[in-house]
Amino acid sequence: MKKKILIDMKMIRKASVRSLSMLNPLTLVKNPVMFVVEAGSVLTTAMTIYALIQHNGEQLFTATISVWLWLTIGFANFAEALAEIQGKAQAENLRSTRSDTVARLVTGDVVQEIPGNTLKKGDLFLVEPGDILPTDGEIVEGVASIDESAITGESAPVIREAGGDRSGVTGGTRVLAGKLKVMVSSNPGETFLDRMISLVEGATRQKSPNEIALTILLIGLTLIFLFVVAALPAFSAYAGVPSSPTVLIALLVCLIPTTIAGLLPAIGIAGIDRAFRANVIAKSGKAVEVAGDIDILLLDKTGTITFGNRQAVQLLPAEGVSEEEMARASWLSSLSDDTPEGKSIVTLATTRLPSSTPPEGLLSIPFTPETRMSGVDGPEGEIRKGADDAVQKYIGSAFPSAVSEIISKIAGSGGTPLVVTQNKKVMGVIHLKDVIKPGLKERFERLRKMGVTTVMVTGDNPLTARAIAQEAGLDDFVAQAKPEDKMQLIKKEQEKGRLVAMTGDGTNDAPSLAQADVALAMNSGTQAAKEAGNMVDLDSDPTKIIEVVEIGKQLLITRGALTTFSIANDVAKYFAILPAMFVVTYPQLRVLNVMNLATPVSAVTSAIIFNALIIPALIPLALKGVRYRPVGASALLRRNLLIYGLGGILVPFIGIKIIDMFLVMLHFT
Amino acid sequence: MIANDWIQILVSLGLIVLIAPLVGRYLAWIYQSSHLGVERKLYRLLGLDADREMGWKEYATTLVVSNGFFFVAGYLVLWAQGSLPLNPRHLPSLSPEVAFNTAASFVTNTNWQAYAGEAQLSNLSQMLAITFLMFVGANTGLASLVAIIRGFIREGTQTIGNFWADFFRFFIRAFLPLCFVMALVHAEQGTPQTLKTTVTARTLEGAQQTLVVGPVASLESLKNLGTNGGGFYNANGAHPYETPTPLTNTLEFLEMGVFTFSLPFFFGRMIGRPRQGQVFFVVIFALYLAGLGVIEYSEKMPNPLLAAAAVNQQTSPLLDGGNMEGKETRFGITQTSLFSNTTIAATTGAVDGAMDSMNPLAVLVYLVHMFLNEEPGGKGVGFAGLLKEAILAIFLAGLMVGRTPEFLGKKIESREIKLAALSLLVTPLLVLWLTGLSLVLPAGKSSIDNPGPHGFMEVLYAFASGNANNGSAMAGLNVSTPYYAIVIGLEMLLGRFLPLLPLLALAGSLARKKTHPENAGTFRTDTPLFVILLLGFMVLFAALTFFPPLILGPILEHLSLIHGIAF
Repeated sequence: MKKKILIDMKMIRKASVRSLSMLNPLTLVKNPVMFVVEAGSVLTTAMTIYALIQHNGEQLFTATISVWLWLTIGFANFAEALAEIQGKAQAENLRSTRSDTVARLVTGDVVQEIPGNTLKKGDLFLVEPGDILPTDGEIVEGVASIDESAITGESAPVIREAGGDRSGVTGGTRVLAGKLKVMVSSNPGETFLDRMISLVEGATRQKSPNEIALTILLIGLTLIFLFVVAALPAFSAYAGVPSSPTVLIALLVCLIPTTIAGLLPAIGIAGIDRAFRANVIAKSGKAVEVAGDIDILLLDKTGTITFGNRQAVQLLPAEGVSEEEMARASWLSSLSDDTPEGKSIVTLATTRLPSSTPPEGLLSIPFTPETRMSGVDGPEGEIRKGADDAVQKYIGSAFPSAVSEIISKIAGSGGTPLVVTQNKKVMGVIHLKDVIKPGLKERFERLRKMGVTTVMVTGDNPLTARAIAQEAGLDDFVAQAKPEDKMQLIKKEQEKGRLVAMTGDGTNDAPSLAQADVALAMNSGTQAAKEAGNMVDLDSDPTKIIEVVEIGKQLLITRGALTTFSIANDVAKYFAILPAMFVVTYPQLRVLNVMNLATPVSAVTSAIIFNALIIPALIPLALKGVRYRPVGASALLRRNLLIYGLGGILVPFIGIKIIDMFLVMLHFT
Repeated sequence: MIANDWIQILVSLGLIVLIAPLVGRYLAWIYQSSHLGVERKLYRLLGLDADREMGWKEYATTLVVSNGFFFVAGYLVLWAQGSLPLNPRHLPSLSPEVAFNTAASFVTNTNWQAYAGEAQLSNLSQMLAITFLMFVGANTGLASLVAIIRGFIREGTQTIGNFWADFFRFFIRAFLPLCFVMALVHAEQGTPQTLKTTVTARTLEGAQQTLVVGPVASLESLKNLGTNGGGFYNANGAHPYETPTPLTNTLEFLEMGVFTFSLPFFFGRMIGRPRQGQVFFVVIFALYLAGLGVIEYSEKMPNPLLAAAAVNQQTSPLLDGGNMEGKETRFGITQTSLFSNTTIAATTGAVDGAMDSMNPLAVLVYLVHMFLNEEPGGKGVGFAGLLKEAILAIFLAGLMVGRTPEFLGKKIESREIKLAALSLLVTPLLVLWLTGLSLVLPAGKSSIDNPGPHGFMEVLYAFASGNANNGSAMAGLNVSTPYYAIVIGLEMLLGRFLPLLPLLALAGSLARKKTHPENAGTFRTDTPLFVILLLGFMVLFAALTFFPPLILGPILEHLSLIHGIAF
């Protein structure tokens, strides 16, 4: 599925139409700042009509201001509509993947075919190769390979099976091989796909806590500027300056934070959208926002930090054994071992051997919990490999001291030693090691700069855990952890006031996922885990949480930056409008017209045009988000204050001057 | 400026910078230790339970109700002055509206004087109404700051302290002792301290002159230490009995600054982060110095209109050059600049020169000080206001580092923003609308004696002063009318309590929150960057709110002056 939706002309047309319908005051009252602009627009429109009837010479000016006020609201609505439509286009893509399916409902022993969209929670149904899963569910019986590309965009099929942590299936995906009996986990209209669609469409979008706080501040600022402008006619009357209602309304609209108020909804929608493009479905905007706030990131070792299995990295022969003999024994011991570890031993040993044709008459001795060894019996005798304590029990005598040394050295470095024997003679030790996923160290470093502490949770012994934590560049680790320890850790950190994020997929992760502040569940995981988390990663990549943190931060930064910019803009607008209001009566105030704007009319008009145009000019930034750099809070703030604070003061001086020059060219003065 | 000016400035400011951290530390000890024996006895005597922790609502209620009670008591004394003892001059009672204005003025630590000090008040009124309410206003202000600071210190609790303990500790351990000592110093310098009401003097021409005296020295030290500002005499600090010597002028400057400038250090000690306190001091001091610079520049500037009239405005060994109109020749320009900048910035409101005669740029500084009202601002409430601005600035900037903004480990969320914004709304509303109203209503307009921007400034100044609980008057405006007495009286009460109550609620909200440990992603508030941010926010915000009246007032007058235009 194509996730990158570019803005095209069709979307712009759609957004324009939608922004007109959003002019409805009942809709607009949710955005109090823009509501004030609308009130101003209605008033100036009425005054234009009055001026036209009266022919008082004000009609052109009032009409111009009125038009630009309407445009201001239009641009703000357009920003929101565009963000919504962008999300909708993606939802459309999703929806198109879902076709009408027929489900084979199982009731007792009876199987009947019903339309897929009538399945209810708790129903059981069957699927076969080639079927599209009609809805979300949990596998009760069977194992199958499933093509989830419709949801994740990932073409490689995934294995889903009953029991364990990979039992969840999603509606809209296709069974490639295997038969499944599935229990429906959600009612019609509440499936994962449905929720995803409604989320990206913004239909169920609620304001997040920071957005609410910011809206309150914007209302506060709007009230203050209302007080300021409302007092002006009295001041002007005393000073003998005539005050024009049109100019007063223009001043008010310029001063109230229209830029950020207009872009605020778009920023929020775009944030969820960015997460969505990273294949992460946030259950609410709040979840994305909180991700930016987290202090501690809990990561499972296996599958997240390391690849799921250990690999052979060294073959260390015992005293009196040649390297080749050791390599051969290791090779033979693992020939019939299908585990990833076994395969990695074979691969490594082959590089040390002249030939790799297996001898005839090998009898494979599989791993059993009793012996805890595996190997072969054949022409070269009994060859075994296993953990040191198991092997020691098997040979019945102590290891040579050199071998013991090797074993403890490997264990001390966090690796796993496997002892290889031939006819109960110790041949040497295989060094198995966890392999850390590439690129993680750099990502953890980024997280550290953002102030996020990374903690690895593992069932390994502390030695192994420390070694891996060090190698991966983690801040801390919890070794020999039981599932309930994770919960304890989260609670402990939360009591200290920290926010904790984690990823998880298993049913036993569900309580911790529910407890954590940000919980990214794997789409491949169980339904319980997906229910408990507040985000789901469709790619089932646990390291995705790092991206989510960055998206959360970017969301907050964009809001803060545009608010600062919006407020800083006011300085220039004052310098445009106030001299224009007073300079006719008091020519000595001309020095305040620092931009040297042509006339009072052109000054006020330029300011209001700038105020309107800055909204569409900033739409791309609002949708894309301010770039996040992991450089630490102070450096980030210094940078953003310079760009959006100082820049916010300077840019409108230039912009208003340019517009004024245009107006002069058009003889609108 | 000559070397002498620099020495005066450096010595005065050096002393403040030296003393303030020590006093801050002492104040922190006051609130971090347990009751003294004498305090316990006092609480027992008054029947107060000074150990019970109060939630913000109870704290605020106790504060408002007790202040209301003190206000009524003060009102009754002034209103019934004519029939009360210690009134050998048989001064009549104050009119109800002036009594209301005065009681409101002194209980709010404003000390706006709609009456003429020595001419209208008996010694009983000076002591029972004025002195008493001066103590009340200052103690209440400091208590509220202590409660607000507790919001930052405490965690997971509903309570923000005990009002009575906060009220009396400062009074007993710092305020009263220092007032007593300084009263003796003032008396030694020549300020009267007596229960007599008049003395008769023979002037050089041989005429008889009746001089009003009374318990002036005690009121004088209190007036400045409590940043109250209400003088015994109508001429306030410019009266030779209030400020008999240049030394007393400097002492009064120190008295005004000693507690107010120590509050950031006090805050730093209280929250256990002295560096944070120093950072706030730098913010306050930077604004203070900027103000002083402009005033000194403005007052040293010869008046172009007078220059045209061939008036000698040059500096000479015998004469301070520049704008000497309305200044005491004993103090000169620099002492007056220092005094006036301090009195306005610290919301004392005492004056040692005529504010109406200052050049417009100096008045601009006074107005901005009163709009901000936080550098350092009045006893306690000024610094509390600065914390409010810090919260708003941090919220805006904090978002830009990509985290929910935090201040001292407390997350700033919608409730905090709502309360801080509510508190912020009061000043623009009261100052701008009441000024506007008074410029339109005949009752307000008829009091304006000066035409043009100067008259506008006088009205604006009066309401800025009332709202900021500053109390200084620019004069030139007849404020003894019932209209101004009632409107400014109401404004002082609203300007005091409306912004304060949300801040107490804010403290309650913060006290409930967990303190969030800092990490590399947290924006630090004890750095030079924060100083710049907060200064930028405060200046930008004040400018945006008050730019229009500043243009029509001081800026217009200044530009007219240099163009030689008079109104």
